[in-house]
Amino acid sequence: MEIIVKFLEKNGLIFAFLVVGLIIYLSGIISDKLTRRKIPASAIAILAGLVIAYFGGVYSGGEKGIADIKIFSGFGTLGGSMLRDFAIVSTAMGASFLVLKRTGWVGALSLFLGIVLSFLGGVGVALLWGYRDAVSLTTIGAGACTYIVGPVTGAAIGASSDVIALSIAAGVVKAITVTIGTPFVAKFIGLDNPHTALIYGGLMGTTSGVTAGLAATDPKLVPYGALTATFYTGLGCLACPSILYLLVRLTFGG
Amino acid sequence: MIIYGVAILAFCYIIGQLIGEFLGKLIGVDANVGGVGFAMLLLIFLSDWLHKKSYFDKSTENGILFWNQMYIPIVVAMSAIQNVKVAVSSGFIAILAGIVPVVICLLTIPLLAKLSKNTKPD
Repeated sequence: MEIIVKFLEKNGLIFAFLVVGLIIYLSGIISDKLTRRKIPASAIAILAGLVIAYFGGVYSGGEKGIADIKIFSGFGTLGGSMLRDFAIVSTAMGASFLVLKRTGWVGALSLFLGIVLSFLGGVGVALLWGYRDAVSLTTIGAGACTYIVGPVTGAAIGASSDVIALSIAAGVVKAITVTIGTPFVAKFIGLDNPHTALIYGGLMGTTSGVTAGLAATDPKLVPYGALTATFYTGLGCLACPSILYLLVRLTFGG
Repeated sequence: MIIYGVAILAFCYIIGQLIGEFLGKLIGVDANVGGVGFAMLLLIFLSDWLHKKSYFDKSTENGILFWNQMYIPIVVAMSAIQNVKVAVSSGFIAILAGIVPVVICLLTIPLLAKLSKNTKPD
């Protein structure tokens, strides 16, 4: 037993690959069998991660979730800021300015509106809950954009881990809401053509939620929504820790 | 070669993050300002340009696509190392902060769709 524990500690990153793979595999089964793919596997896996972090925190009393338990310390490397940012940058690969240009100005407008409105919605809720410092307000507002923009923003402006966790949770709630809600609201918002799908992807942004939701509505619409949604995270990562943070700081003070 | 793709990605990452660091210093925020966003923009431009010059072969592209596919697993690992215990005590805020923006954005969709259709001949 001791040999195994020591070995897993030494090979933390590799063990993290294995465990995360298992989590995603199980999430896929749960998504398929229990929710009939209404909730995407990625959203379930991320929720599972948050649940694991909760129990890890309760067990160890530390601040870094599961990574505070020695054999799971590799999670700190795999989920750390370096690999995370590296992987996020790679998602820009699927997007092309030329294609976006063809979608016309309304695609770009929906992107800007989507980020600013989501951000303001998140900041509004955070204000209601009594947060008054610019860093926390901005991070929660960014989390209301997507669960990627939240932690990227939080890390960039130095938010505390619990506020970052909150922003991820908000982003996950958003992804699930969009996924489940899309087929239901599709009729009311005229979501039955590529044009509206482009606007939808730009406004909602959460790539996993938009693609899963559109797939449940009409698979033909997926690439259009995914296209604008891909830009959302990039634009959000660009705007939230810079312009929007500065605006929040001007309004509420540093 | 797959390493070329990874190297291109690393190039964009480093340049973007450095711009973010310098920008942070410049505007007096002790943080990286939008480094990831700059890196993404650089990658979009660079991959577009490389495609046009047809310097991108399949395996080079796979070097980038691998990390593209790894991003959900990394996000799962990232969520597993957060201080959720403390966040949970804030309770309902996460749910509201997730749902309120969706409702706000949903309401603007018919408006945007109408606006853009009116200005277009089709």
